Amino acid sequence: MDLTMIQIILVVLVAFLAGVEGILDEFHFHQPIIACTLIGLVTGELVPCLILGGTLQLIALGWANIGAAVAPDAALASVASAIILVLGGQGEAGVTSAIAIAVPLAVAGLLLTIIVRTLATGIVHLMDAAAREGNFKKVEMWHIIAIIMQGLRIAIPAALIVAIGAAPVRDLLTAMPSWLTDGLAVGGGMVVAVGYAMVINMMATKEVWPFFAIGFVLATIPSITLLGLGGIGVALALIYLALTKQGGSGGNGGNGNTGDPLGDIIDNY
Amino acid sequence: MAQELKLTKKDRVAIWWRSTFIQGSWNYERMQNGGWAFSMIPAIKRLYKSKEDRAAALKRHLEFFNTHPYVASPIIGVTLALEEERANGAPVDDKAIQGVKVGMMGPLAGIGDPVFWFTLKPILGALAASLALTGNILGPILYFVLWNLSRMGFTWYTQELGYKAGSKITEDLSGGVLRDITKGASILGMFILGALVNRWVSVAFAPTVSEVELDEGAYIDWDNLPAGSEGVRTALEQQAAGRSLSDTNVTTLQDNLDSLIPGLAGLLITLLAMWLLRKKVSPIVMILGLFAVGIVFHVIGLM
Repeated sequence: MDLTMIQIILVVLVAFLAGVEGILDEFHFHQPIIACTLIGLVTGELVPCLILGGTLQLIALGWANIGAAVAPDAALASVASAIILVLGGQGEAGVTSAIAIAVPLAVAGLLLTIIVRTLATGIVHLMDAAAREGNFKKVEMWHIIAIIMQGLRIAIPAALIVAIGAAPVRDLLTAMPSWLTDGLAVGGGMVVAVGYAMVINMMATKEVWPFFAIGFVLATIPSITLLGLGGIGVALALIYLALTKQGGSGGNGGNGNTGDPLGDIIDNY
Repeated sequence: MAQELKLTKKDRVAIWWRSTFIQGSWNYERMQNGGWAFSMIPAIKRLYKSKEDRAAALKRHLEFFNTHPYVASPIIGVTLALEEERANGAPVDDKAIQGVKVGMMGPLAGIGDPVFWFTLKPILGALAASLALTGNILGPILYFVLWNLSRMGFTWYTQELGYKAGSKITEDLSGGVLRDITKGASILGMFILGALVNRWVSVAFAPTVSEVELDEGAYIDWDNLPAGSEGVRTALEQQAAGRSLSDTNVTTLQDNLDSLIPGLAGLLITLLAMWLLRKKVSPIVMILGLFAVGIVFHVIGLM
């Protein structure tokens, strides 16, 4: 099925919105049930796309960006598979094959989002520079550019699919080597450590390091949720604060020692 | 105080709207920091007038931040209250603000992820999908409206809640409450960071260290199970009784490391990253390097 110029523009616009939402996760334009339906709405293939969206939504129920981990990309999966469904022109009969294409697309989208998130690291340094000048406009501009990058992440592939047709897309997807995709996923699991290292460097003092150790060890018990860990953390902080106050009110009066037995031994040695 | 600086409701609405875009410049180095600074800009404009103060405020709000995007709102609220106190002369330092942010983000993400991602979204999604599968356009409309109503209601209400609670926190400065909160927050922050390093930095080594053949009776004998569903049942019962699924016991390098403590490799990478940062190695170089290491190690079969 051929699309008119206006339809193509609208499809790319929907793809852009889905790409933006793929990172924001706020309005949920990237959820299959919304994205596929919108593609169907602008191309006049509403019902097949609606059914595709519903089916994909059920597959994607548990996909979520938790912490720094990146979920399979619902945005590219839903937008691209909906476009392929429309281009294929099979109507509702094409839904099953569109779904088969959607899952590898979700992985391809994951790679694109990792690339854009890495590019955004450079943007943050430009924001730092703007902040040093106290230039609000520039900070805002770079933030918006980062958002636009995320939109283009889906809009460009969508436009390409419209331009080259469905068949070459399918070939390209099967040609992507698994060592590359899997290897990037392995790296993605490790790079979050860099972010944590930066905060730890900022907050760490001799006094609070033991709490890091306790947190690390307790996190190995899988049945304690993050909320539960939060509870333990608050309790530890309260206990520590209460104990330091008691110590400060002069509990060890008359004792000439420094209160540091190990220090005393080292001093006397 | 000659003239008290105060955020208007209009400022707070603007900040609430901007916080919708908090993940916009999400990056591997400081995650949501750009969106956080973007959200705080109306407050910084209202509270600080000199160029130096504004630059310092922007810099302070470009520090690392990451949580569930919706529960960022109560943290924004508390931070607004702290910034207001600071602008009016209270001794709120950068460490206090960063401590409050880091201390709140972990536990609150622990609320946001299960509530929104694992409860509300699957329920609404499944409901909408079941309508859509029958070709009913109400499915997507229902999903869109209900999702956004609950999201926007939640973020505005909790931002206001945080703002009001935050002002009370800083009222009693003489009692050292703020100092306690700073110290308490950095304790909580470090505790949570320890947990996050363990849970969220994922490293898995693939190589097999040993393969031990198990004795008969220690594994499920797949060839001699009853046919049909009866066989499935027997197999499940045997597995519950502690029998192995295959006749060899495979131990990978990761299993060995996990028996020391799970997450050790993640911790070592974090410590290495801290050390490299102190040696002034650029975070971007480290990120690209880790991706390269990931690909190489995967290709040679180490991960």
